[in-house]
Amino acid sequence: MTIREHGSQPVRIEQDVVLARQLTRKLASDCGMRLVDLTKLVTAVSELARNTVVYGGGGDMDWEVIEEAGRTGVRLVFRDEGPGIADIKLALTDGWTSGSGLGLGLTGARRLVDEFELDTAPGRGTRVMITRWI
Amino acid sequence: MAALQSSTLEAIVGNQAQLQRSWLEALEAKGAARNIREQDLRQETRDFLQLVIDGLGRESSTHIGAEGWEETRRFLEKLSASRAQVGQESHQTAFFIFALKGPLFDLLQAHYREQPALLAEQLWEISSLFDAFGLHTIRTYQKNREAVIKRQQEELLELSTPVVKLWEGVLALPLIGTLDSQRSQTVMESLLQRIVDTGSEIAIIDITGVPTVDTLVAQHLLKTVTAIRLMGADCIISGVRPQIAQTIVHLGLDLGTLTTKSNLADALKLALSRLGTTAGERV
Repeated sequence: MTIREHGSQPVRIEQDVVLARQLTRKLASDCGMRLVDLTKLVTAVSELARNTVVYGGGGDMDWEVIEEAGRTGVRLVFRDEGPGIADIKLALTDGWTSGSGLGLGLTGARRLVDEFELDTAPGRGTRVMITRWI
Repeated sequence: MAALQSSTLEAIVGNQAQLQRSWLEALEAKGAARNIREQDLRQETRDFLQLVIDGLGRESSTHIGAEGWEETRRFLEKLSASRAQVGQESHQTAFFIFALKGPLFDLLQAHYREQPALLAEQLWEISSLFDAFGLHTIRTYQKNREAVIKRQQEELLELSTPVVKLWEGVLALPLIGTLDSQRSQTVMESLLQRIVDTGSEIAIIDITGVPTVDTLVAQHLLKTVTAIRLMGADCIISGVRPQIAQTIVHLGLDLGTLTTKSNLADALKLALSRLGTTAGERV
C-alpha cells in the first residue's frame, strides 16, 4: 500500500463537521470517485465527525489518499480523547444512542464504507478508521 | 512607575511640526500611506498628535482607559473603521500609530541626552502608551469585523429559509446548504407559522440544495413533518436524488412514514391531486 497524500484537520466544533465534509468531498472527487460513492463517504464522515464533536469532546480527522493493488481509496481516521465506548456491541446496534440522536450514526457509517475499524475503551478515547475504495 | 515628565510634553509640543514631518516620512517609507489621500493623512497625523498632546496635558496616567484619553480612543476607533473601509488590514492601522514611535524616540533621546536614567523611564512610558493605542485600533478593527460576520450570519439565516406559496393551499420550502441545529429551528418555525397564516393544507420541503442528508438532517426533517401533521396539514419531501436515496438506505434511516418525491414538479402534482385540482385547471 502506498500513501499518495495525507494530512490532518481538527474536528472540535460543529462548524468543523462542515469543513470535514467539504475536505472529504474534495479528496473523493479529485480521485474521481462516483457521485453515489462520494455521497456515501461524505455522509459517513458527517456522522463520525459529529460523534467526535458531540461524544468525544472534539478531536482530529487524519486523511490519506492510498493506492493498493492498482486501486485508489480514501482513508479517514477520527480520533478523540473522550470517554471512549464501554459496550462496543451495544454502540454498534441500530437505534441505540447514549445521546439524543437516532442511534444510526455509527452503524450507518459502517454500512456506507468498504472498511470500518473501531478502536475504543473506556477512558482511552475513540478511534474510528474508514476506507472507501474507488 | 513614574509618570511622564512635563518636560517630555514640552519637548513634544515644541517640536510638533517636526514630529509630524518625520512621522509622515516614516509612513511613506513603509508604504503605509498607500490608498490614502495625502491631505487626509496630513490631517490625521496632525489631529492625532494634537490629541496626544492634549491628552498628556490633561491626564497624568498613561493607561488609555482613563477618562483623559477618551477623545483619543474615539479618534482611533474612527480611524480603524475608515481604514477598514479602504481595505487596509488591522496591522496596517496599528502601524500608523507605531510609526510615530521612531521620531518620538529620536526627539526624547536628544532632549534627555544628559539624563540617561530619565530617558529610559520616559521612553518606557511613551512606548507603553503607544502600544496601548496600537492595540486599541486592532481591538476595534476586530470588533467591527465580528459585527459584520454576525450580521451576515443572521442575514443568511433569514435568507436561506424562504417559504413560498406555490398554489392555493400549497407551500414550498426550498432548503439550501447545511442544516445545523440553529438553522433547522428557524426553518421549522417559519414554515409552521406560514402554514397557520395561509391556512395551507400541504407543505413541500425541497432538499435539492442540501448536499448531505445524514441522520441529524433526517431527524430534523422527521420532527418538522411530525409537527406539520400535528397541525392538521400534510408534508411532502421533494428533491431526493438517487445518490441521496441510496445513502439513506445504507444509513438504515426509515423514512417510510414520509411522502417523498424526486423533484419539486412531481411533489406539486401530487399535492394538487390531493387537493382535488390539476395543473391545467384554473382555480
